[in-house]
Amino acid sequence: MSAQPQLAEGAGEIGAPERALGGTILVVEEVSLAFGGVTALSDVSFDVREHEVRAIIGPNGAGKSSMLNVMNGFYQPQKGVIRFRGREFHGMKPYEAARMGIGRTFQNIALFRGMTVLDNVMTGRSLKMHRNFFLQALRLGPAMHEEIEHRRAVEEIIDFLEIQHIRRTPVGRLPYGLQKRVELARALAMEPTLLLLDEPMAGMNLEEKQDMCRFVLEVNDHFGTTIVLIEHDMGVVMDISDRVVVLDYGRKIADGTPDEVRGDRAVIDAYLGVAH
Amino acid sequence: MMHLLYSIFVDPFVQMGAAPDLLAQTLWEGLVSGILYSLIALGFVLIFKASGVFNFAQGIMVVFSALTLVGLNEHGVPAYLALAITLVVMLGLAFAVERVILRPLVNQPEIILFMATFGLTYFLIGVGELIFGGDPKVMISDQLRLPSGSYRIPMAGGYVQMQKIDIAATVIASLMVAALAILFNRTRIGRALRAVADSHRAALSVGISLEQIWVIVWFAAGVVALATGIMWGARSNVSFALQIIALKALPVLILGGFTSIPGAIIGGIIIGVGEKMGEFYWGPLFGSGIESWLAYVIALVFLLFRPQGLFGERIIERL
Amino acid sequence: MFYREVGQYKTSYAADEALFPILQDKIGIAVILLVAFVGVPLTASNFTLDSILIPILVFSLAATGLNLLTGYTGLLSLGSAGFMGVGAYACYKLATFFPGVNIVVLILCSGFFAAAVGSVFGLPSLRIKGFYLAVATLAAQFFLSWCFIRVAWLYNYNVSASIEVPTKTLFGLPVTGPTATPVTRYLIALSIVALLTLLAANLMRGRIGRAWMAVRDMDLAAELIGIRLYQTKLLAFAVSSFYCGVAGAMMVFLWLGNAESESFNINQSFLILFMVIIGGLGSLLGSFLGAALIWGLPIVLRAAPAYFGIRIQSATVEQSTFVILGVLIILFLIVEPHGLARLWQIGKQKLRVWPFPY
Repeated sequence: MSAQPQLAEGAGEIGAPERALGGTILVVEEVSLAFGGVTALSDVSFDVREHEVRAIIGPNGAGKSSMLNVMNGFYQPQKGVIRFRGREFHGMKPYEAARMGIGRTFQNIALFRGMTVLDNVMTGRSLKMHRNFFLQALRLGPAMHEEIEHRRAVEEIIDFLEIQHIRRTPVGRLPYGLQKRVELARALAMEPTLLLLDEPMAGMNLEEKQDMCRFVLEVNDHFGTTIVLIEHDMGVVMDISDRVVVLDYGRKIADGTPDEVRGDRAVIDAYLGVAH
Repeated sequence: MMHLLYSIFVDPFVQMGAAPDLLAQTLWEGLVSGILYSLIALGFVLIFKASGVFNFAQGIMVVFSALTLVGLNEHGVPAYLALAITLVVMLGLAFAVERVILRPLVNQPEIILFMATFGLTYFLIGVGELIFGGDPKVMISDQLRLPSGSYRIPMAGGYVQMQKIDIAATVIASLMVAALAILFNRTRIGRALRAVADSHRAALSVGISLEQIWVIVWFAAGVVALATGIMWGARSNVSFALQIIALKALPVLILGGFTSIPGAIIGGIIIGVGEKMGEFYWGPLFGSGIESWLAYVIALVFLLFRPQGLFGERIIERL
Repeated sequence: MFYREVGQYKTSYAADEALFPILQDKIGIAVILLVAFVGVPLTASNFTLDSILIPILVFSLAATGLNLLTGYTGLLSLGSAGFMGVGAYACYKLATFFPGVNIVVLILCSGFFAAAVGSVFGLPSLRIKGFYLAVATLAAQFFLSWCFIRVAWLYNYNVSASIEVPTKTLFGLPVTGPTATPVTRYLIALSIVALLTLLAANLMRGRIGRAWMAVRDMDLAAELIGIRLYQTKLLAFAVSSFYCGVAGAMMVFLWLGNAESESFNINQSFLILFMVIIGGLGSLLGSFLGAALIWGLPIVLRAAPAYFGIRIQSATVEQSTFVILGVLIILFLIVEPHGLARLWQIGKQKLRVWPFPY
């Protein structure tokens, strides 16, 4: 039905660093999603390999965010199945997705506005903090140790994303670009196996985009995190992704390396708005 | 155990069937108090629809308007003139509220505006008591030519007694609802009101004057409050205790939705009837006085099945 | 200038995460505690203790409880007085069943009963959100009020349907009941409040506090990073009700000496909500400031005419208090909707840069 290119081990794309790709980590199989009368996704199938950077692109309204929301457990598809690490999930709850190691950032930024940057990123460690209620209240020994240990981990992420100077600023006061970075930090704090990024570069200028690209690639490189991202900037997509899925009106119209996709007739038509 | 189950699930219905005249009486009483609840809820809905503010002071506005009417009359002002003056007072109150509370707080989150109406409540309680004194007063039903006395309708071995004032209340409430429905849906002003309810910013950007709309809406709510005060005061006295009754409007709003006028009526009737039936037929099981919380529990149970209320819009969360 | 933090470097995460990391704050809190524990008992009159300080302590604790639920977790509750009542009646029954046990232990235990009841009424929070949830708490409030009259077992079948506090001693001194002095009652109340506030502060700084705030700010996102909404919300209800319950027990045993159903009615719930909002949602300091203002203001207003030698009828004073309170609330919300705590923060900021304007 669609091209499933075999990527030679170690082969990269133009601009993308050499990277060893693993086996398939996520399979999306014939997923269909509708809201009332509106179809968001229609029989979409593709796979994601471990350690790769997979881009989902398409014109506005193609269903890209909905796809990510399904992968996150936020929306339940009417049809189709998602398999993560071999485990099938039907009706997965967002909490379970988080537990399984899937992290996420959002198009419209879903930070906790009442809290500082540090606190926001610390919430990302929630799954890893276990000390019970009474120890927390007394803040003795084990609870204190746990807090410090996770603070240390969070500080590393803060260093990595270069946001030390705004540690104690309430996130509501930060400019858009920095908020996106903080959101990325929070997702990273979960130490996810799979990271879903919804338009991480949206609304940024060239310099900010370059920074963000650098961070995304470093995350993929350094931590081996598999990345699925939605992005509109073709330059970025061509530059950093290993493979690309193209959606249009909720259907998949192309799937392959950036080069293959760039030359695909259907993709060009979709973006140029040819009637179909 | 069986006895308990029997007395909860079977016995009340047996009682209902055994004395249909009592059943009819209870239903009627429930309907009437339900209509009055819906009138209070209507005031809430008006203000919420147009300004997004949950007006906690609606209850005290009911009392305050009734007190003004009665107080003026006590000082010798003829009934209908007093009515006119009270309407002017409520208009003045609407202006004052818009100027002093709504305008300075225009972009604040809803809870702040809600708290401001708390402040308004305390203010009106204090002013009302200072001017009119704290004693309960008698509504000037005669002077207003409101019907008194009652009809007795024979039924199934007994009779049902319907107070004429209650029938009048039902009629007046229906007229009011019809008038408001027409106002909202058919007039230019109504469209502006709905626009403001949706988004202040968008309404401003198409040139709708928020201030004007708010004054209109608070005045309308004031008129509804006055009507409620008159009706309620005619059945029992006008006192500050009435203010707490306004809280009963909350379950009504939950059932009917916060922005639906027909919802307020239907919700009111359901709560009124449910409450009266519950108190009469199931009350003795628990000991008396379950009316004080039954309405809330009814609303709560409804919410568990439909978290957006009966008429509310389904909340679709988007991220 | 007075509040400059420059030069105070933290060399460990533990130091950075301390409750009062800045030296001026440490000194400040030490002074406050000194005054509260030593200065006040030595100098305050019985009237001040009984009518001003002890009630403020009681309400601060209740306001803290409500703040945990409404300010930090974003779940509006109109039932705090009801939960106070649960704590009060629970303490009364415990004192009846276990006359030999230390009263402080009983007061703290009664909080658990309130927590249990609070959790039950928090169960709807899975399905119901925001303002609608507030109605569930209203149901709780009215139902509990009704129980306090109807369930005669609660007040030991007393004919007047009220509860009276027996005399209890601690280290030989009477601490509750008619013979207890205001000073002893004040010190016990102060200790309980200080301890529970410390625990609350610790909770807020850690995983649980962050989870609560995350639920308040954007519960969908909280779920997506792995926070379990239902457990978090229920915990908030439980802890909040615990604090309100202890406050209720304190109110009866350490302040009023008696109570009946009306002592825990809906108006009290609104009063506590005011305290939280005026003091500052989401601020422990705010709970104290709000309680002090809302409780203290009417007292000041009542005493003012006599102080200035003006003659006014007491009923008029009461009513004027309502008017002034109403106006103040509105004024406050216009000027500083984030409450007294925010004003305090602004003040500290001014102290930081003084004598410069910014």
